[in-house]
Amino acid sequence: MSVASFTTPTPTAISSPASAERQTEKVSIRDLDFFYGDNHALKDINVPLYLNQVTAFIGPSGCGKSTLLRVLNRMYDLYPNQRATGDVRLDDDDILSPSQDLNLLRAKVGMVFQKPTPFPMTIYENIAFGIRLYERLAKSELDDRVKHCLERAALWDEVKDKMNANGLSLSGGQQQRLCIARTVAVRPEVILFDEPCSALDPISTAKIEELIDELKEDYTIAIVTHNMQQAARVSDFTAFMYLGELVEFGETTTIFTTPSDRRTQDYITGRFG
Amino acid sequence: MTDHTIKAFDSDLQDLARMVAEMGGLAEKQVADSVDALAKRDTALAQRVTAADANIDALQHEIEEKAVNTIARRQPMAVDLREVVGALRLANDLERIGDLAKNIAKRVIALNGEFPPPKLIRGVEHMTDLVLEQLKTVLDAYGRRDVGKAMAVWRGDEEIDAVCISVFRELLTYMMEDPRNITFCIHLMFCAKNIERMGDHATNIAETVHYIIAGRPIGDQRPKGDTTTIALASRG
Repeated sequence: MSVASFTTPTPTAISSPASAERQTEKVSIRDLDFFYGDNHALKDINVPLYLNQVTAFIGPSGCGKSTLLRVLNRMYDLYPNQRATGDVRLDDDDILSPSQDLNLLRAKVGMVFQKPTPFPMTIYENIAFGIRLYERLAKSELDDRVKHCLERAALWDEVKDKMNANGLSLSGGQQQRLCIARTVAVRPEVILFDEPCSALDPISTAKIEELIDELKEDYTIAIVTHNMQQAARVSDFTAFMYLGELVEFGETTTIFTTPSDRRTQDYITGRFG
Repeated sequence: MTDHTIKAFDSDLQDLARMVAEMGGLAEKQVADSVDALAKRDTALAQRVTAADANIDALQHEIEEKAVNTIARRQPMAVDLREVVGALRLANDLERIGDLAKNIAKRVIALNGEFPPPKLIRGVEHMTDLVLEQLKTVLDAYGRRDVGKAMAVWRGDEEIDAVCISVFRELLTYMMEDPRNITFCIHLMFCAKNIERMGDHATNIAETVHYIIAGRPIGDQRPKGDTTTIALASRG
């Protein structure tokens, strides 16, 4: 814990700039505002996602965490009357640009949702389907890729003998890892996890958390979670959001031991509302 | 500070703080009684001090158990986590202070029947007054979460160290004056060293109080008045 972590929190508390300086910004979010119709859901958000680091977004329901994730792969574009303004970049690529190729963006920025969402097809096809959309591979290469993805998602050993079974026949935890394998299959650069463990038992949760720890070697990861202990366990950086604002961002160890902002402290210690 | 949504968490933390305060009170009494027994050569009182140390030890165990249970059940974060870790550390220091008081009491029992001149003990009594004041202030700082008071204790240890050196020198003089003083003076030197160690524990407590409140250790180097070994060695 550094003394530098006690800088004045204005307007957003940056708890440990010293450590953040050593990081490379994979995704940069600047002056981001988001509107659901007239509802101003995100207010002037400035936060980075650092390369090969896990960034957790915490905050009470309705604070804008999931909305923020949905901006990063333009998921909101699927719905009318939703708009984002500001400067959001993946490396130098302007995510919010009207000319952005959304299919390509969503391949680069993968997403895993709260409830496992396997396609109603075989385990093999769940992975191969996405790959075929972006690449033309020979059968043997495709097989290798499917195997590799299932290995990356720590699921291979459990499904290698039943690749033709329906994806929906797997347990909840396995389905979620299948979804992670499917996300990894199209070789993303960033993976967004939106409450990936809230429907899972503790053992499956531990497996996903272990997986996230491994995946960060290759990907930049953002995770939204209501489970504070989970955020403390899996993330390197944590952002606390409240009422559409980013209250505090910093190294996870700092946020959970010596947060700068009173609201962060009240939230993580269970003193809110 | 606002209350936790879960009220039982508040009472867990309040219980811990109350137990630490209680332990602090017991430790203070042990220190005062042990030196009182020394000054009056009151063997009965010394025996009571020796026996009462078990109460402090028992309280330390209770605090440890409560802290571990609180961590397991509540998974405290930030200031709450520091409260729990702080209580563990404080209990450790207070237990050591209790042991040091017990050690003084044992020496009083060992000295049974010796009645050296009262002037020999004045220096030790003066040190005890200083340490008791430090202990009282730092426990008060803990109770009120007063970082300023804790820092005052932290800085005040220098004076105790300096007094300890002068007591050592004084006792050396008495020993050289009259070899019949040697046994008693050696015991007194150990008592003085024990009291000086109590001051160090009071300083540790001050550091813990600072950590609980500010969330970081005290950065500066503490002023040191204790050069006992070197001071004595150089005098040959």
